[in-house]
Amino acid sequence: MRKSDGFLLFIGASLVLLAFILIQAGYVAQGDFALLRQKAQVVKNLGLTDLCLSTEARYTRHPSQADGHTARQSHPLALDHFPSGSIIGPPEILQKLHD
Amino acid sequence: MIKAIDKQRYILDFTLSSLWRRKGKNLALVLVYTLVVFILGSVMFFTQALKNEAAVVLRGSPEIIVQKIVAGRHDLIPVSYGSRIGKIRGVNAVKARFWGYYYDPVAKANYTLMVPEDLPLKDQEIVVGAGISRVRRVFRGNSIVFRTYDGKPATFFLKGILSPESELLSSDLILISAPGFASLFGIPPDRATDLTVQVANKKEIPTIAAKIVDALPDTRAITREEILRTYDAVFDWRGGIMIAILAGAVLAFLIFAWDKAAGLSAEEKREIGILKAIGWETADVLQMKFWEGLVISLSSFFLGIILAYFHIFYASATLFEPVLKGWSVLYPHFNLTPFISGYQIAILFFITVIPYTVATIIPSWRAATIDPDAVMRT
Repeated sequence: MRKSDGFLLFIGASLVLLAFILIQAGYVAQGDFALLRQKAQVVKNLGLTDLCLSTEARYTRHPSQADGHTARQSHPLALDHFPSGSIIGPPEILQKLHD
Repeated sequence: MIKAIDKQRYILDFTLSSLWRRKGKNLALVLVYTLVVFILGSVMFFTQALKNEAAVVLRGSPEIIVQKIVAGRHDLIPVSYGSRIGKIRGVNAVKARFWGYYYDPVAKANYTLMVPEDLPLKDQEIVVGAGISRVRRVFRGNSIVFRTYDGKPATFFLKGILSPESELLSSDLILISAPGFASLFGIPPDRATDLTVQVANKKEIPTIAAKIVDALPDTRAITREEILRTYDAVFDWRGGIMIAILAGAVLAFLIFAWDKAAGLSAEEKREIGILKAIGWETADVLQMKFWEGLVISLSSFFLGIILAYFHIFYASATLFEPVLKGWSVLYPHFNLTPFISGYQIAILFFITVIPYTVATIIPSWRAATIDPDAVMRT
């Protein structure tokens, strides 16, 4: 087999795999929709406000409920104390307050 | 047409042979390039999936939450504020919400405790999230001892465990009865953690939130839209660690581009000189260099993006776990719904493949336009 054929075969197979991923992702997302609606119902029944992504600090466990002006917590330029604070930034409402 | 295709295939054959002659360098390049695409793709898929999941799931969160603020901090709110809020025109219902945090020294983990409205629980009954069950190794029917606000032990019995499918919402959640909550934290009976407000006309939510803050200046009103926007902003590409990762990737590309734009190696220049001496035209050399850039960038792009997809949606974003987990003991096990689109892939393609391919052509054009004799003598 020519080298160019091998390369074109690899690119073709990758394209097919990527197309398959896109189609499969669409199907999975559609299938998950019932589960997501169920989760939304849990949120409604329990009155939840946030995703449970990190449990180490209040402002990363409940970013939307964080205090407005507490040192090391939620201030856009405050020194961050917890590692998850580097991925979960301050909520928009606080950014607006400090504009 | 067929002749042109054949010509391109011969050039591609030659390019692949040429790349294989310097396989050490080129394989290292593909590896690093794949890693850059993988990281960028992972961040893009992860943030998009979380944003979409939050947007769908948190649509059910309370329309307005009223918090009392004392000295800049969230404080317990008098339940009597509810009746004052209830008098505002357009408000359908006001309910007190009881929730808080408990640090469990046994598991060294933080839990979120909440009094559910519709779930009947006896005083000593609790329902826990799947994460707590995993960390504390407790199951339905087992008991768990917490220390109350005055230092006394309080025993609670597990009535059930929340579904593992909802771990992204409830991994650290403990549902507890109102008397159990009060006995654990010693909260005065006339106080609640915050109040939720139900509004008749959804369009009036911002107006009513403003009226609440106007009537009760020591409070803060958080609307559902703000909650949803929070997740949009938190996982925006311009914020937090996303910008750090993007900056790293952009710097990596700058190094790639700099390496390419700074000129070709003596060996590569000699190769171009020989090709020109044996009759290749400048256009042929440029086509060869274009294929060279495309072979490396396309291979890396496909490998990186496919690996990123499996990392996020089938390996539970393992590489991001240490960052999100931080110092916390309790971390939810969750599988995200794959919300990906052709648009995301196109963006990734344009920020990774195009700059590299273009960067390989410019120095080659410079080398290909000079005299082959001069190139071979240097």
